Amino acid sequence: MNNKRITLFAGHYGSGKTNISVNYALWLKEKHEKVIIADLDIVNPYFRSKDSEKQLEERGIHLISSEYANSNVDVPAMPAEAYAIIDDKQAVAVIDVGGDDRGALAMGRYAPAILEENDYEMLFVINKYRPLTPDCASTLAVMHEIETACRMKFTGIVNNSNLGDETDEETVLNSAAYADEISKTSGLPIRMTTVKESLYDKLKEKVVNCTPIKLYVKQSWAKQEEDLWLK
Amino acid sequence: MAEKVLMKGNEALAEAAIMAGCRHYFGYPITPQTEIAAYMAKRMPVIGGTFLQAESEIAAINMIYGAAAAGKRAMTSSSSPGIALKSEGISYLAGSDLPALIINVQRGGPGLGGIQPSQSDYFQSTKSAGHGDFKLIVLAPASVQEMVDLTFKGFDLADKYRMPAMLLSDGTMGQMMEPVSLEMGEVKEYDKSSWAACGTKCERKHNVVNSLFIQPEELERYNFERYERYAQIEANEVMYDEYKMEDAEICIVAYGVAARVSQNAIDKAREAGIKVGMIRPITLWPFPKAVLNAAADKVKAFISVELSMGQMIEDVELAIRCKKPVLLCNRVGGMIPTTEDVLNSINKANSVGGDK
Repeated sequence: MNNKRITLFAGHYGSGKTNISVNYALWLKEKHEKVIIADLDIVNPYFRSKDSEKQLEERGIHLISSEYANSNVDVPAMPAEAYAIIDDKQAVAVIDVGGDDRGALAMGRYAPAILEENDYEMLFVINKYRPLTPDCASTLAVMHEIETACRMKFTGIVNNSNLGDETDEETVLNSAAYADEISKTSGLPIRMTTVKESLYDKLKEKVVNCTPIKLYVKQSWAKQEEDLWLK
Repeated sequence: MAEKVLMKGNEALAEAAIMAGCRHYFGYPITPQTEIAAYMAKRMPVIGGTFLQAESEIAAINMIYGAAAAGKRAMTSSSSPGIALKSEGISYLAGSDLPALIINVQRGGPGLGGIQPSQSDYFQSTKSAGHGDFKLIVLAPASVQEMVDLTFKGFDLADKYRMPAMLLSDGTMGQMMEPVSLEMGEVKEYDKSSWAACGTKCERKHNVVNSLFIQPEELERYNFERYERYAQIEANEVMYDEYKMEDAEICIVAYGVAARVSQNAIDKAREAGIKVGMIRPITLWPFPKAVLNAAADKVKAFISVELSMGQMIEDVELAIRCKKPVLLCNRVGGMIPTTEDVLNSINKANSVGGDK
């Protein structure tokens, strides 16, 4: 799989953009010396790529995020350093855009520079099992809202249809027709069908561009520190 | 079975409210519950409902008063400091015997506090949601599915007993994503024609919705009547869940996110041979007093696991008439007790009594 210099992940709130962004940055790092990931979510103070800062830094991936990200100070602010993505042409960059049109609005200020350089891919992350995007029409409506807000057009689709912990082979297979219809109607290719690693072998021949991903984004507070006791 | 969807707790309860027939939502943004307002803003115009971002929490709760007085199912939501602002309006709803659902997605306090989860509004919701003698039905979900089920239940109970109900959630429940089923059965319709101010068509006497009664005899009568209804609720509407209580020697009492952590700790403790169980209140008012009191005759100690400085523990002690020691296991300020925190308390409780 070849990549453009800048890859943006945008989509409906809760579709899985952040986790895919982190996975993608880690994958890019295997091929490129300098990888930047930018957390440009100005909407949600929780579940951000900043949560994965430690893993990213350990792998030498530079994280750009607002000074207020994960500070519990609920201030929607853009990181001053974000322009480094545009200026540093040596770097390969992943941009984790905030959810929906509200989140994508903040991207608009970088759109002219990204469009001018024209070495980017903007991927639309979809999940059939999110209640406001259960079908082609509703998902495309969200897509057009995002495109209008950030003044850029999507170039591809990431089918991340999942039901959290309850995701199984059928969950993914049952989303194939949905992703296919969105792809055909919008004219955008399905660049990835993201599945958890344990499902990859079962699904790699059955879905388009099957891509294994790990779960980096914090899921449950209740499952922590299981093994600390009863030694 | 209905197909499952993947939802945040906040979105799930918003959709459940719509499915319960709520077409009037008034709110004001505050983290960690803003997704409720955002979801309503998207959905209400599509289904012919009303979404209104009020100028303040106080305005929002008084809009709820208006919609409820007209006999409509209405809901507002906020987080801890915002609920404090609504308390005057909540008291007026109670004093006017109006049904409504109020959502509190709790965050750490006091004051402006922080945006991480908390359960420190237990006293506020169960004992002092406003001035005057009144109660709220208080429902405490411990999963995204229960955010759905108890929202549905909350509207029903509010209508059934003509009083405000509260869903007492927290930042964890609001923000976490889980698969849920939105299949909820029939919405029961209640006849509100005897009291709702929804137009007489010149065919009947006016209905008057009011909480002002300046004659003390009359005001006393309304208070007595209201508390007769509360007694019925205490007799008929208590909800709780039991986990591994059959042979338990230690009983954890926990609700919401604290119950989820406790369940993991119970499984761990049982691997080490300690017989622990849990009674999880689902209604915080009415509080499951009888089942706790009965458990007190079997177990040697209780542990109240809370994200507060120890609020529910008082109700546990009252319910069991202080027959057995009650330990507190708590984290506050947005911190959540870990499995290890609860296990440490289980160890302490296990050494209580000495003979086992």
